Amino acid sequence: MEKVLMRGNEAVAEAAVRAGCRLYFGYPITPQNEISEYLSFRLPQVGGVFLQAESEVAAIHMIYGAASTGARVMTSSSGPGISLMQEGLSSLAAAELPCVVVNMSRGGPGVGNIQPAQSDYFQAVKGGGHGDYRLIVLAPSTVQELVDLTYRAFYLADKYRNPVEILGDGMLGQMMEPVVFRDPEFPPLPPKDWAVRGKGNGPRKWIVCFDLDPKGLEELNLRLWRKYRRLEEEEVDYVTFGCSEPEVLLVGFGTVGRILRSVVREGEKEGLKLALFRPITLFPFPKKALQEYARKARAVLVVEMNLGQMLEDVELAVRGEVPVFFLGHTGGVIPTVEEVLEYIHFLLAKEVRVWK
Amino acid sequence: MKHHEILIAGFGGQGILFLGRTLALAGMFEGYEVSWYPSYGPEMRGGTANCTVIVSEEEIGATISDHPDICIVMNEPSFHRFVPLVRPKGLLVVNTSLVRTHCPREDLEVLPVPANDLARVYLNGAEVTNTIILGALLARCPVVCRKSAEWALAEALRGKRESLYTLNLKALGVGWEFVAKGG
Repeated sequence: MEKVLMRGNEAVAEAAVRAGCRLYFGYPITPQNEISEYLSFRLPQVGGVFLQAESEVAAIHMIYGAASTGARVMTSSSGPGISLMQEGLSSLAAAELPCVVVNMSRGGPGVGNIQPAQSDYFQAVKGGGHGDYRLIVLAPSTVQELVDLTYRAFYLADKYRNPVEILGDGMLGQMMEPVVFRDPEFPPLPPKDWAVRGKGNGPRKWIVCFDLDPKGLEELNLRLWRKYRRLEEEEVDYVTFGCSEPEVLLVGFGTVGRILRSVVREGEKEGLKLALFRPITLFPFPKKALQEYARKARAVLVVEMNLGQMLEDVELAVRGEVPVFFLGHTGGVIPTVEEVLEYIHFLLAKEVRVWK
Repeated sequence: MKHHEILIAGFGGQGILFLGRTLALAGMFEGYEVSWYPSYGPEMRGGTANCTVIVSEEEIGATISDHPDICIVMNEPSFHRFVPLVRPKGLLVVNTSLVRTHCPREDLEVLPVPANDLARVYLNGAEVTNTIILGALLARCPVVCRKSAEWALAEALRGKRESLYTLNLKALGVGWEFVAKGG
């Protein structure tokens, strides 16, 4: 199959088109503008619609409307824009509408800056908007994975009738790597008999994101809860790399995950026994698998481009069985291989010995 | 094992990102793992620009480099900013038409290329200094072979901008000959 050198933002856009997305609504923000730019010419080529909305709030509600018809729809933004979309995402989750949202996240809080960051983890993984709901959250770390997870995002959205967020960052969006577009084979999906496409002679249907009856609303919440538990049983994904019984197990997602891959390799040259655990699904989080891997290590080191967000999920998964340490940068500063290695040496010399 | 971390830096408008992309494309054609990461901040709106290209036989982890083994500096500010980072025994390619400072480090191999002067003499002043530098680099250190770089230029420019393709092909030769004939 043909390899092409593509920028992350363009690759996710092309993958969406190949996954059957024909409708895109969005509003510009750096560092993800190439997604909109690409879809603005690509969607009309395949009979689709690209629409630049008047705001992110409008865009996400256009997604609500379009998703209600059963179409595959996508929007994309970065930190501040994703914040504006939270009300709509809560509605989409409540109405159980499938859609894909791409967040090429940047330094925060506030307007922050346009450099890569992972400080939107809480927002993506813990609900983000009001009410008791979750998004399915996928965290790619290469441009190829960005492509493959885009296909999967549309599949999971349809399978679970739930919004899916692809949580990338400015680095992943801006960098180029070779990619191959392999059409994946997924099991068949159930028909979208819930979609509203004009009543005709069919039964009356409605898609709403409220229930005024407390018992009814609790039933909706419990249905969502069962869906999230099923996700945890069936859709957890992660990769591991390196030593099977490491001194230090490194945990990082997305861009940091790939930096840690270099740390494992370089550490090996220095005689360190390291391994990497990189969650691909951030929700559902690979709790059980991580706990098992952590048990084989003397310590766990979480590295993130934030000040300790996924760290909380790692600590919950490890349950205090192994000491968990943290190294983080924010505001667009990217951790270097050298400094992570230096910190590992420090931990092994000072901290870990104290703990064990 | 082949593994190059290449940092390319200069002014916006010097074709820094294009140079990097050409190199990455050529690496991909040769079957290597490649990555290209640009500076995309305020620099892009005028001022300095840089990008990191990695060409490797193994799956690429970090896409930025703490200590690149090849560094191309196209202007004075980049020279001061990036020369201290280059790995010991690394290769430093300097556009000496614009960089007047002498390299203070003795642990680097320095390849001086007067790219703007070469452009003036051989290319009628056409400012394709980026591709001249690429030609010079490849003549000194075969990150990729010259033919692959030519294919990459064709992929990036042919059909769309035919005259630019011809010009860049010529520029690649100018840089290559400059080094091959002993600088």
